[in-house]
Amino acid sequence: MAKILAVDDSASMRGMVAYTLRGAGHEVTEAENGQLALDAANGAAFDLVLADVNMPVMDGISMVRELRTRPSYKGVPILMLTTESHTDKKMEGKAAGATGWLVKPFDPEQLLATVKRVLG
Amino acid sequence: MTHPANPVASDAETAATQYLTVNLASEEYAIDILAVREIRGWTPVTRIPQAPHYVLGVLNLRGAIVPVLDLRLRFGLQREEYSATTVTVVVTVAGRLFGVVVDAVSDVLDVQADGVRPVPDMGTAVDTEYLKGLTSVDERMVLLLDVDKLLQPQDAQMLEAALPAVTEVKAVA
Amino acid sequence: MSSTGGLAQFQQVFIEESLEGLDTMESSLLALDDGGDGELVHTIFRAAHSIKGGAATFGFPEMASFTHEAESLLDEVRGGKRAIDKPIVELLLRSVDCLRGMFDRARAGQPLNDATSDDVRGELAAMMGRAAPAAAVQGRRAGDQAEAWIIRFHPHAGMLAGGNDPLRLIRELAGLGELAVEADLSRLPALAKLDPSECHMGWSIELKAPVRREDIKAVFDWVEDECDLAIEPKPSAVVTPAAPPAPANIAEAAARGTREANADSGSVRVSIDKIDGMINLVGELVITQAMLDTFREEFDPSRLALLQHGLTQLARHARELQESVMGIRMLPIASVFNRFPRLVRDLSQKLGKQVKLELHGEQTELDKTVLEKIGDPMVHLVRNAIDHGLETPQKRRAAGKSDMGTLKLDAYHRGGNIVVEVSDDGAGLNRGAIVGKAIERGLIRSGEGLSDEAVGELIFQPGFSTAEVTTDLSGRGVGMDVVRRNVSDLGGTVTIRSKPGQGSVFTITLPLTLAIIDGLTAAVGQERYIVPLVSIVESVQLKPEALKTVVGGGELFRFRGEYLPVLRLHELFGCDGAKRAIEDGLVIVVEGDGSRVGLFVDGLVGQQQAVVKSLETNYRRVQGVSGATILADGSVALITDIAGLVRLHGRRKAA
Repeated sequence: MAKILAVDDSASMRGMVAYTLRGAGHEVTEAENGQLALDAANGAAFDLVLADVNMPVMDGISMVRELRTRPSYKGVPILMLTTESHTDKKMEGKAAGATGWLVKPFDPEQLLATVKRVLG
Repeated sequence: MTHPANPVASDAETAATQYLTVNLASEEYAIDILAVREIRGWTPVTRIPQAPHYVLGVLNLRGAIVPVLDLRLRFGLQREEYSATTVTVVVTVAGRLFGVVVDAVSDVLDVQADGVRPVPDMGTAVDTEYLKGLTSVDERMVLLLDVDKLLQPQDAQMLEAALPAVTEVKAVA
Repeated sequence: MSSTGGLAQFQQVFIEESLEGLDTMESSLLALDDGGDGELVHTIFRAAHSIKGGAATFGFPEMASFTHEAESLLDEVRGGKRAIDKPIVELLLRSVDCLRGMFDRARAGQPLNDATSDDVRGELAAMMGRAAPAAAVQGRRAGDQAEAWIIRFHPHAGMLAGGNDPLRLIRELAGLGELAVEADLSRLPALAKLDPSECHMGWSIELKAPVRREDIKAVFDWVEDECDLAIEPKPSAVVTPAAPPAPANIAEAAARGTREANADSGSVRVSIDKIDGMINLVGELVITQAMLDTFREEFDPSRLALLQHGLTQLARHARELQESVMGIRMLPIASVFNRFPRLVRDLSQKLGKQVKLELHGEQTELDKTVLEKIGDPMVHLVRNAIDHGLETPQKRRAAGKSDMGTLKLDAYHRGGNIVVEVSDDGAGLNRGAIVGKAIERGLIRSGEGLSDEAVGELIFQPGFSTAEVTTDLSGRGVGMDVVRRNVSDLGGTVTIRSKPGQGSVFTITLPLTLAIIDGLTAAVGQERYIVPLVSIVESVQLKPEALKTVVGGGELFRFRGEYLPVLRLHELFGCDGAKRAIEDGLVIVVEGDGSRVGLFVDGLVGQQQAVVKSLETNYRRVQGVSGATILADGSVALITDIAGLVRLHGRRKAA
């Protein structure tokens, strides 16, 4: 099972994501914002990063950009958790180096399906 | 010396209720065993001010503050010196715990519903208000206590009498 | 939906964090109204955005759609397409109220939308220049359809770095149907120039399955801009489009509308730091305990020092753990303070006054129970300050002050207490009016010789405001006795300082927590009572001649220039065997409900921290007693309630 970093400032969303993934047997680390996620990523090898876009301190897009500058995070799948109305955010995320996105709202099944899609 | 509340008796005795019998001034009283939480030897309690005379005080039951009343005083009987057999029966009524001091505990009885007779308004030392009925066991008369009434309703009235200020409190806008 | 099983807990978390988000929106909107900067718009937008995203995920589509309207409006503001103005702030504030209502109804399991929310939603849409969108589910447009497809897929060099693996995409395609894959190596560079972290290959794929073009595009949706992609129907494989997919299941949609009622869980959100700190402490406690455990096996006197050290450690850990656990219940007062910008704004507009609200010490933490109960008394004080304290701009100008009055809320720690101050720079108490009214009410005979302090005290007296003016908000000092009683129920005190023409300061002093108090143990006969340390001023031993007996006034003694009544605890509580001669015992000068009295007891036997237990759980309230605690020997001691004792004494005297 995979090591996953879940980044969202909303405790409910982060909790739901972590709970669902743990239920599927994954090892999940949680972070409240981009900065804390970068700290968590220091010296840890994650197989997948799930990150919200709008967060205080450091948003998801800056986080992805920063993460991609680290050699060990080249090629690691990073999915943005974004909302339907913001297609521009998807593109901005992609430009920053995100692998793909998961559109909110999503339910646990959709989340697991998407994660499976990335991790195979 | 906790006394676990027994689960309801077997199917054959559908209408039977188990009672704990206690002795008080040479009479035998019965308390619904489902209300009994614990039986403990008498230990001194902390007196509380403004309490009715039959409320002896409060004791510490594993962190809970539990009032204790003397059943003899509650029934207007002569107070007896406490002895080695004096016990406090801790009962729970409507989620509230309180202790009842009796002379001794004696037995556990199975009482059939059809074996309960109403209390005639005479012949007992106790106000019939606190009794649910009476039953006979081996020629002995056993009075079934209505534990729900022991701390009520007079106490509710006394509470109001003791705290006239409380009723004046108005909510803040 | 996600409201089943363990996921339901996150719905609760969502509601809590959304309510916080709404508070943030409200305070930011108010700040924006006061000419705050553009960063506020981002804050508001982010809060709305989070609520929207979560609402849909946690099964509140009505809330999601409502917030979407507000968010769209905010987005235009954020994008500079629309300038923020009063009507927009007003409308957004009302939207916040609507959403609060929706969350309340969500908790109660009621339908989320009501007439007001529908109205406001309509206004939001109208503001954007369109009608409110119908809540219809849009059917997805059916894509082209074919019996088989040819897909040419050539990733750009950088695609791998973005975490997308071409092999994964091909495997995903294989999930749609049988594939025939051909690799295109035409762009492969010479080995010397090959960068293994880049992708140089391409593929031509034949998918032998009657799927829609959309389904294939969905596989590549993340890499659209990172590859050359061509999807073409295999010649002679075109079919007519199938019927659009059935609309969303109506039964399912209806099921979402009726949720289980979510009882207010009374939960506390605790920061990870606090929990980590506690876990560390428990770890240390376990280590110490293990060390002490070795003494169980054998005790060699030479290890006495080690045992003593261990016990000292244990005591320290227990104390730290206690502090740390109590800390969980401590929350910043900001959640209470945040109610006020709105209240102040609305009230000052209504009364035609200009009020600037200043908040200080919002991060001061206090016990959750205290926090929940301090709101109402504070609302009362704030209303009172705006209503009576602060003057109209005309009057202020006439008094040589600026038009804008200042109302200040401040919270800080002092000793073992929390102090909350509500101050204004208004007119101050009107001594003449108060004295006049107090005479009229029969509280005093004349105002002569009354100190300013004593005049301030008058407004807290129960008789000061009668029932006829209690309903009238414009009566001065309305319900101040109720404020005092509420604060007193929390074990606190409230006092006022006032200077004519310069304003008033109401000071609420509260204990840090209700769960544990510091107290002195007093002996009365064989009995022990706890006197809260916070109420104690001093203890004195009196000589018989220091005691004056006043007809109808009981016993008095002189303390720092004033005469204080003596309350004999043994009399009030009916204790046997207590000392009676004043010189044999001790008089503890205590303060409660704004008055000082001397509490006569046999003596003090110690100081301790008392874990407060309720008498009411199993018994009832007892006048003069705030609760009970368990002493080291396992017995119960009652905790005295000074304010209650003063009232009890007053009644005994009157009787």
